Amino acid sequence: MKRLVLVTLLASSVLSPVVSAQQLMEDTTERKQALRVWGAQFEELEYRYSDDDEELGVWKADLFYGTDEFKARWLSNGEYAIDEQAYHTLENQLIGQVPVSEFFDARAGIRFDTPEGPDRTYAVVGLSGLAPQWFEIDASLYASQDGDVSAEFDAEYELLITNHWILVASVDASIAFSEDREIGVGKGLVSTETGLKLSYDLIDRSFSPYIGVVHERKYGDTADLARDQSSGIEDWFAVVGARLSF
Amino acid sequence: MIRFSLLAGLFALIVPPLALAGEYDLTVDRVKIDTGEFVKEGIGYNGASPGPVLRFREGEEVTINVTNNLDEMTSIHWHGLILPFTQDGVPGISFPGIPAGKTFTYRFPVVQSGTYWFHSHSGFQEPDGAFGAIVIEPEAREPFRYDREYVVQLTDKHPHSGDRIMRNLKTSADYYNRQQQTVGEFFSDISEQGFMTTLRDRLAWGDMRMMKADVEDVQGFVGMINGKGPEQNWTGLFEPGERVRLRFINSSAMTYFDVRIPGLDMTVVQADGNNVQPVTVEEFRIGVAETYDVIVRPRDAQAYTIFAESMGRSGYARATLAPESGMQAPVPALREPARLTMADMGGSHVMSHGDGANMADIDHSGMEGMDHGNMAAMGHGEMNHGEMNHGDMAMMNGNARDPFYAPGSGLTPTAASGGKFLSYADLRAQQPLYEDREPTREVELRLTGNMERYSWSINGVKYEDADPIRLRYGERVRFKFVNETMMTHPMHLHGMWSILDVGADQWNPVKHTINVQPGTTVYMETEVDAAGQWAFHCHLSYHAAAGMFRKVIVEGGPESMSSALDSVNATAGGDL
Repeated sequence: MKRLVLVTLLASSVLSPVVSAQQLMEDTTERKQALRVWGAQFEELEYRYSDDDEELGVWKADLFYGTDEFKARWLSNGEYAIDEQAYHTLENQLIGQVPVSEFFDARAGIRFDTPEGPDRTYAVVGLSGLAPQWFEIDASLYASQDGDVSAEFDAEYELLITNHWILVASVDASIAFSEDREIGVGKGLVSTETGLKLSYDLIDRSFSPYIGVVHERKYGDTADLARDQSSGIEDWFAVVGARLSF
Repeated sequence: MIRFSLLAGLFALIVPPLALAGEYDLTVDRVKIDTGEFVKEGIGYNGASPGPVLRFREGEEVTINVTNNLDEMTSIHWHGLILPFTQDGVPGISFPGIPAGKTFTYRFPVVQSGTYWFHSHSGFQEPDGAFGAIVIEPEAREPFRYDREYVVQLTDKHPHSGDRIMRNLKTSADYYNRQQQTVGEFFSDISEQGFMTTLRDRLAWGDMRMMKADVEDVQGFVGMINGKGPEQNWTGLFEPGERVRLRFINSSAMTYFDVRIPGLDMTVVQADGNNVQPVTVEEFRIGVAETYDVIVRPRDAQAYTIFAESMGRSGYARATLAPESGMQAPVPALREPARLTMADMGGSHVMSHGDGANMADIDHSGMEGMDHGNMAAMGHGEMNHGEMNHGDMAMMNGNARDPFYAPGSGLTPTAASGGKFLSYADLRAQQPLYEDREPTREVELRLTGNMERYSWSINGVKYEDADPIRLRYGERVRFKFVNETMMTHPMHLHGMWSILDVGADQWNPVKHTINVQPGTTVYMETEVDAAGQWAFHCHLSYHAAAGMFRKVIVEGGPESMSSALDSVNATAGGDL
């Protein structure tokens, strides 16, 4: 036993220059770590004026932090009725996002709705990315704490009038697979929001004011529920706002 | 006193050849960079960006004390210099880096001559301004003559910091691209090519989700020469009839420049610090991190504009050669922005969505002409008209096709004057640096990426997930670069020469940075004669940072190397 130790010692002392020659330093610098990035933007931050003289403040915001492999994201959007001083909608989502294909990411997380009226909490799964011909797509499936399942589909297309004047067309549709009468949602196609906005990139892409029109409509059972509440089922808005990114 | 200085002078005359040693001091500082269009906080050396021109002599033993006055780590890499890897200045690979407030002393023998440069290899300090030039006087007489010389160091100064640019690109890859195709271009294309052709073209690109305008990721910079913007007009003086050597260095973060001096022919005598057989051109494209030395001979007592247009035509640098300061010559207008063609997508796997018939053509032709034996044929300017995209015809007129671009590529350069535009295929070593021998093996490196996500990689793997490339000391490795992306990548191997295969065997030019154009395959060979570990990466700052980077380990090597490595491990990199 002793002899073996001695031999090992000897061997290691003889071999050590060779061994340490192989011990080149490990790269532990930031370069060897996954690149972490953050971003924050208001895709919409706007004032809406409807054909019924209704005034709304509307935003759609997004904050993220993470790597190519995983991003944490906070999505927030809401509609604030200025006269009523009440939130028509107020949604916040906390989600994780991972890439699933070259152009698409999968998302999962939780959505909290806390508008005027009853609150809801949903589990969310979804897909977002860039479809062929440059359509930006977001598709989400929601399951509420009461087991109501709904889906939302967003598509957006940017038409470059010039490299600074951009016309953005968007359509947003939501569908419910079961009724949630308390929050005025009927089964089937619930509502659509269609928009056309002309923006100008004033400071890089971080401040782009825009003007546009938005059309909102409720359908089917949802429209019936709205009629019962004697609220409108269709609205046209003139909008003025800005896209902001930080 | 006089006698003493006379003696000292005599002594100096005798002694230098015996013990050539120089000591240099560099400080790394926060500086203001004034482009003439904006003033920007940046990083420089000895109080300025660009830093000083370091003038070494071949055979000199240099000692360079680098004092870090920043509040963050820094480093200096001596770009293109052959030296022990511990002096190469890449944090995490050569040494730990230079901490804030510390001085690090580099020591290495200068074993080469020519034009090189130095820059920080830490974070985005280089795009933020941390670079300077190196000029090494040769021991022997040079095979060309000149009466005076100037360093012409190009850069692309951006109003945003490097960190900000990286974040913006990661958030939105087209953040800085203001040359995208618009509705107006759609209609002008219709009037030129007809509705169906235009529509089909837009649909084909839309299907790939790629942009023809994706030539320059980062636009909005001011092109600068020796720290002066176009309006500030750096001027080099000459006497009519003199031969002036211009040492062009492209220290840009991201920008390739097409350089010309209207009214003057340029004789290229050096590429990446190594002499080449002289070739006279009217324009050349300088990739990021490359150097070209050219000799011009202005005979008239007039001003000449050095005009360096960015490859994507989104900006330019401008300087003047004149017999007297204050003189200027007309500044040409920028040419039309380049547009990629389907040929540039030749290597892209995304192409499989596209139209198959077209692709088959491209795949073959993209490779041919790069082959050894085929080089002779390239002068014939053969091209497949079928795959050429309408608008690019203009690009191709007159010039034989450059085999280092995919046939029909929208990036193929042509001289504004209609004359000769330098191609890699024109470069021949003046003297072979190595004995020509068969490579011992081939290493294929596919240049890969995802533009939309702004992630860049080699063989589909980013640096963070990659194992080192292992080479054996004494090998001659043939690297095969296959560019599967739609962007040009200037690939830079540290510590060992990159012998670019232009099909000229022992006369192949010896470089340190090799441009690989989209849809092409390029070969280079490396005599693996430097033990240790080295960086190997795309020199576009934001591509390297996004993962197009590798560590190369050279195993084995002479005894002396092993002991050098020991001492490195003991001291963890020089005297701090």
